[in-house]
Amino acid sequence: MRRPLSRILLGLLAVMLVVVAYAVGSARGDGEFGGTDAAATELVEGANPDYEPWFQPLFSPGGGEVESGLFALQAAIGGGVLGFVLGTLRERRRRGGDEA
Amino acid sequence: MHIAEGYLPPLHAAAWTAAAAPFVIHGTREVARLVRERPGARLLLGAAGAFTFVLSAIKLPSVTGSSSHPTGAGVGAVLFGPPVMAALGTVVLLFQALLLAHGGLTTLGANVFSMAVAGPWAAYAVYRLLSRASSGIRVFTAVAVADLVTYCVTATQLALAFPDATGGFASAWTRFLGLFAVTQIPLAVVEGIIAVLLIGALRTWAPDELAELGVLQPAPQGEEAARA
Repeated sequence: MRRPLSRILLGLLAVMLVVVAYAVGSARGDGEFGGTDAAATELVEGANPDYEPWFQPLFSPGGGEVESGLFALQAAIGGGVLGFVLGTLRERRRRGGDEA
Repeated sequence: MHIAEGYLPPLHAAAWTAAAAPFVIHGTREVARLVRERPGARLLLGAAGAFTFVLSAIKLPSVTGSSSHPTGAGVGAVLFGPPVMAALGTVVLLFQALLLAHGGLTTLGANVFSMAVAGPWAAYAVYRLLSRASSGIRVFTAVAVADLVTYCVTATQLALAFPDATGGFASAWTRFLGLFAVTQIPLAVVEGIIAVLLIGALRTWAPDELAELGVLQPAPQGEEAARA
């Protein structure tokens, strides 16, 4: 990496932003950090009490634990593939660089 | 940005599905063409898909006291152009609709339109417009705008479907924007920073693959010449 320091600083900045957002959010909100998607559903229900969702999810993970597990699985698949690709590219570059 | 299953009236659900479908069909063809014609781009395609997979799974806390997730769709739009992301984003949204009860099949069209069509096209437009800026600024702004635009489109979709009894569309839109856009601002900035780091890594490790794609030319002079 050409500029490792600036990249580390950028990474730290991203982490700091999340920490600050969390601190501000804790002070302003109810401390639950509920998802905006669910909050939007509540807004719709609050303003339109007559609205009936006309379709139900075919499958709903039973309980928060299963749901968070499936979200973790999604992140793991993404992170795993991303890591594999970056590792492959790096190694290919290193070997190719010797010959070129 | 996931509108929950059944939470768009049938007419709206059908209209957004019809609006998103051509983009997804075109995008799927683009992905197939890319894989066929540019074998060197396959790994980068995997990286773009994986990036949106991992980022859209991570819910981050925000300043409003709610949490939300980035979309990860901007990086692929910068690398491959928006059509490819219409296909990749749809895969992610299908995964979440079927396995996580997050979003839904009836609202898939609307969610695809916001995350996989509007966001990537916004990223691409910003990236093009900022052709004179440094590449870091271009990537950061394009990706952050894609993230934010996605949530603004969701707010618009909900306000169109559920206008206020008294204030109409405008008042409902303000309410949904207040929820989505404000929460999303810090997340969009964070996504932009992560995107700059990822593209930086790709520039270091995959300059040949990037050059083959014709985006993110290592030498900005070449791009200037090409545009002139």
